[in-house]
Amino acid sequence: MAGGVSSSSIMETLFQRTLEDLIKGLRLQLIGESAFVSKAIEEIRREVKSTDPHTKSTALQKLSYLASLHFHDMSWAAFHVVEVMSSSRFSHKRIGYHAASLSFHDDTPVLLLITNQLRKDLASTNEFEVSLALECLSRISTPDLARDLTPEIFTLLSTTKIFVRKKAISVVLRVFAKYPDAVRLCFKRLVENLDSSDPQILAAVVGVFCELASQDPGSYLPLAPEFYRILVDSKNNWVLIKVLKIFAKLAPFEPRLAKRVVEPICDHMRRTGAKSLMFECIRTVISSFSEYESAVKLAVVKIRELLVDDDPNLKYLGLQALSVIAPKHLWAVLENKEVVIKWLSDEDPNIKLESLRLVMAMVSESNVVEISRVLVNYSLKSDPGFCNEILGSILCTCSRNVYEIIVDFDWYVSLLGEMSRIPHCQKGDEIENQLIDLGMRVKDVRPELLRVARGLLIDPALLGNPFLHRILAAAAWVSGEYVEFSRNPFELMEALLQPRTSLLPPSVRAVYIHSAFKVLIFCLHSYILQSESITSSFPDNLVLGVSELVLKKNMLEGSELTTCEAPSAHRSEGFNPRNQSYEDLSIKNGGDRTINHGQTSTPAFSENIFTYDSIINLINQVELALGPLTGSHDAEVFERTRHILCFIELIKGEITECLVQKGKTLESEEMKASKIIKLISDAFSEELGPVSVSAQQRVPIPEGLLLKENLDDLETICADFQVPESNLFSLGSPYYGEEVGVSSFGLQDKEESEPSNEATSLLTEHRKLHGLYYLASEKNEIVGNDYPPANEPKLQVNPNNDTEDLVKLTVQSLATNKKPNHAKTRPVVVKLDEGDLVTVTAKRPETKDDLVSGAVREVLLGSDTRTATSQSNPSDKSSSKRKGKEKINVDRSELKENLGDSEKPKHENPSSRKNKHRISGKERRHKSAGKIGEEREENGQKGMQKSSHRHARHKAPHRSDAPLNVVSQTPVIPDFLL
Amino acid sequence: MIRAVMVMNTQGKPRLAKFYDSVPVDKQQELIRSVFGVLCSRAENVSNFVEADSIFGPDSRLVYKHYATLYFLAMLDLIQVLVETLDKCFKNVCELDLVFNYSKIHTILDEIFFGGQVLETSSTEVMKAVEEISKLESASNSITLSQVCFWLAGSIACVFR
Repeated sequence: MAGGVSSSSIMETLFQRTLEDLIKGLRLQLIGESAFVSKAIEEIRREVKSTDPHTKSTALQKLSYLASLHFHDMSWAAFHVVEVMSSSRFSHKRIGYHAASLSFHDDTPVLLLITNQLRKDLASTNEFEVSLALECLSRISTPDLARDLTPEIFTLLSTTKIFVRKKAISVVLRVFAKYPDAVRLCFKRLVENLDSSDPQILAAVVGVFCELASQDPGSYLPLAPEFYRILVDSKNNWVLIKVLKIFAKLAPFEPRLAKRVVEPICDHMRRTGAKSLMFECIRTVISSFSEYESAVKLAVVKIRELLVDDDPNLKYLGLQALSVIAPKHLWAVLENKEVVIKWLSDEDPNIKLESLRLVMAMVSESNVVEISRVLVNYSLKSDPGFCNEILGSILCTCSRNVYEIIVDFDWYVSLLGEMSRIPHCQKGDEIENQLIDLGMRVKDVRPELLRVARGLLIDPALLGNPFLHRILAAAAWVSGEYVEFSRNPFELMEALLQPRTSLLPPSVRAVYIHSAFKVLIFCLHSYILQSESITSSFPDNLVLGVSELVLKKNMLEGSELTTCEAPSAHRSEGFNPRNQSYEDLSIKNGGDRTINHGQTSTPAFSENIFTYDSIINLINQVELALGPLTGSHDAEVFERTRHILCFIELIKGEITECLVQKGKTLESEEMKASKIIKLISDAFSEELGPVSVSAQQRVPIPEGLLLKENLDDLETICADFQVPESNLFSLGSPYYGEEVGVSSFGLQDKEESEPSNEATSLLTEHRKLHGLYYLASEKNEIVGNDYPPANEPKLQVNPNNDTEDLVKLTVQSLATNKKPNHAKTRPVVVKLDEGDLVTVTAKRPETKDDLVSGAVREVLLGSDTRTATSQSNPSDKSSSKRKGKEKINVDRSELKENLGDSEKPKHENPSSRKNKHRISGKERRHKSAGKIGEEREENGQKGMQKSSHRHARHKAPHRSDAPLNVVSQTPVIPDFLL
Repeated sequence: MIRAVMVMNTQGKPRLAKFYDSVPVDKQQELIRSVFGVLCSRAENVSNFVEADSIFGPDSRLVYKHYATLYFLAMLDLIQVLVETLDKCFKNVCELDLVFNYSKIHTILDEIFFGGQVLETSSTEVMKAVEEISKLESASNSITLSQVCFWLAGSIACVFR
């Protein structure tokens, strides 16, 4: 340092705040932390430009501190970091490296500048400098750095300095990940380190293999003998745990492995005093060797020890182990039932949760009622979080595989109702889904469902709880859809229109209003039917038949029939008010009809509720309640309100008038009103079933239907529900709209056709709105004749699928004789989905790891024969060491020669990679003079084995023409194992 | 693989944070906050594991231990090693030691954890290395600095003893 420079730098240094000053200042500052920090950063910006290395490095140290603990960006200082890294003074260098590993990432531009510095430090004689470089590399290495520095790391892998070697071993993991070709060079040395007697080295190398094996276990099978030796010999718990982890991963790939390994593992389990090792043994046995009865039994004994331990960690781990084992050995859970249930009330949320999972694992068809009862009661006493965990797991378990374990659906539905009333319940969405789902899938449960829905709807207190709103929406939907099971529809209407519904969000309110519409239609329709039946005893049967028909048939028939019904209806209304006794009779008929209507034996109305007065009251009530909503700002609420009010407008006059006049004068008018009601009623009584998400693809678009044009905006509006519009039409009856318009209302103008069209469009809209309720899984419980239009197109499009459905349907109905109506969706769909998921997740790591594992296999299988012999002959170590040395010698001498014959990955740039390539090429040549064919086979075979397609493909074309001993290769691996 | 090691006090102030994936600083801050959020909601005397999928992504787990006013995060045994080492290093380690010894605790950390792997589980070995490094550092400082700097180096050396 000369003259001015040095004096100024001394001044700088003199007045510079050290890191300690900074920290103290931070603690004492009065100006606020962020202000203080930004002042400090300003200072650092100045100092870091200093020419004095000490000032610079101190500034950088302060900056690192602020970046690390006060989260200040320091990427701007990247270049200064490089400068400080290259300082010759260790303390500065350290600061530089620390800053680099803290702030550098793949996109840091100056990374290109540090390659040489790293190389220099990796070759340093000062082991701490080497260590700094390795540490930094382990954190920031990029493909380029990994590639360029592979030779240095290769050298360090066999250095005598333990302190450095263990870090070199660890860094290999990162290098392999970034630059898979490094495997060809370094892998053998890495493997040699498995033989090391030094515990530190062993720990490091086993750690690396544990990570490698977790990515692609199959490739490391040939090393099983080495791991086995460590498993038996090592005294270091940490190493043992890692080796156990490795075996757990290898086990599925080589069944014969288990036989050898299980005994030593059990030994460890029995002998060790360390809980961590014991737990790892347990975990290995239960996850990978669960078919070894004796081992599992021992593991369960040990698990029990953990379960009753005082340490919450051990309890937790014990419970976790049980849940791993539960699917295969449920007895283990049952054996510990009491403990598990006891921990359900532990104070530790982890433990409670685990034991809840275990309790749910024990649930079966026979005990689900009992367990759910206990759990629901328990949830009442739990804190909100755990309460919802309980409810969630009950819901999830009971609905699994389409309610597989539920036999008594009435019970389950009332349980759902009960859950909804639990104060902390936040499972509204799930309960909502299940209520609707059950309604659609399980016919028999509908009466009970309606009862539950009614209970929820009439309780005004529930409206105030936002978590229940979704459930209330479901209840409202149920009450509208299955109103025929109601004892008292008027009461439902009252519930749907109660003032507190103003507390509901618009989307739910719209469901309420629409359900009110359905209830209204039902009441009117029942009233009409009832009046009709009074008039004549002879048409009674006819009407009965008609009403049944109407239910099932499509519009065409319906509308024809109404023409003959209408007159009688009209007449009956005339009689009604006068003849009380007659009316009483009619009540019964009405009741009967309702029964037919519902197609099941359900509540008959105890008294005549569909009187003229009651109907008029009902209509008034609706008008009164909904009137104010015409001003609603929510489109959905507004629309639905308008629909229902317009409808009332339309029929009200007619009904009252004709009743008042008792006359035949307005016959046609009356006809019209009842026709409209019937039509809408028919539309509503069309049964909804669960629909597969993919159903739409099977439905051909009817000719002349311009879906795109009409519904473009709708599609954007309803983009969330993947269910396209046409689905909704064809699901019901595609002919609805047309036929109605043409056949029955040709004459009539807007007003008249509107409601009926409205009915269908309401239906459509309804389905749109409730798109959520259409199930994702395919459904075969749809009783065939109920949905002829939906099924027909399906048949045309995909006959195979449909027959498949049928077969399953019959199989199922045979299987579920007791409760033939219990819908069971085709499990195939669910499984398919799962299967897909599994394959997806399984594939991802493989493709990612393609290159590494490909290279590993190449190296390992290339050395197969050698290792194989070594197994029988213990001089393996020396031989492989010899190889290593040979390779190095080769490096130096045979460079040119080998370059030629080794095939290279194309993307290589010759400079720094020469070495390694030379080596791999050399090695290959060296061992394979006569075995080239065989080696090729290995490659090909590996490719087939699955993970290394790319790699195999990459080179196979060049030389995999010899169909030599494909078979011979597979036996080679097991040879080591046994 | 270890994703991150953190030490924080009971107010959620980080005292040591090292991430082994590259994580931008603002994300780091967010992670530390959410970890603290999870930890402070847990009672004393409960198990030391937290399923951390929501914070660190799938299949990650948070293991922590609560010492006096500090939360330590990593695998339990390793936490033990780390604390043991710190204890040896600072003689009854306390929060202030960590506050003022930024560089040293990083040295210790780097000896135990290496690029997300566990490198050393013996605190004696760690101590040996740490002391060597400290010596080397103070030596490199004191030898070459000018007089004025020497005075400063004294204070640095003091930090590293």
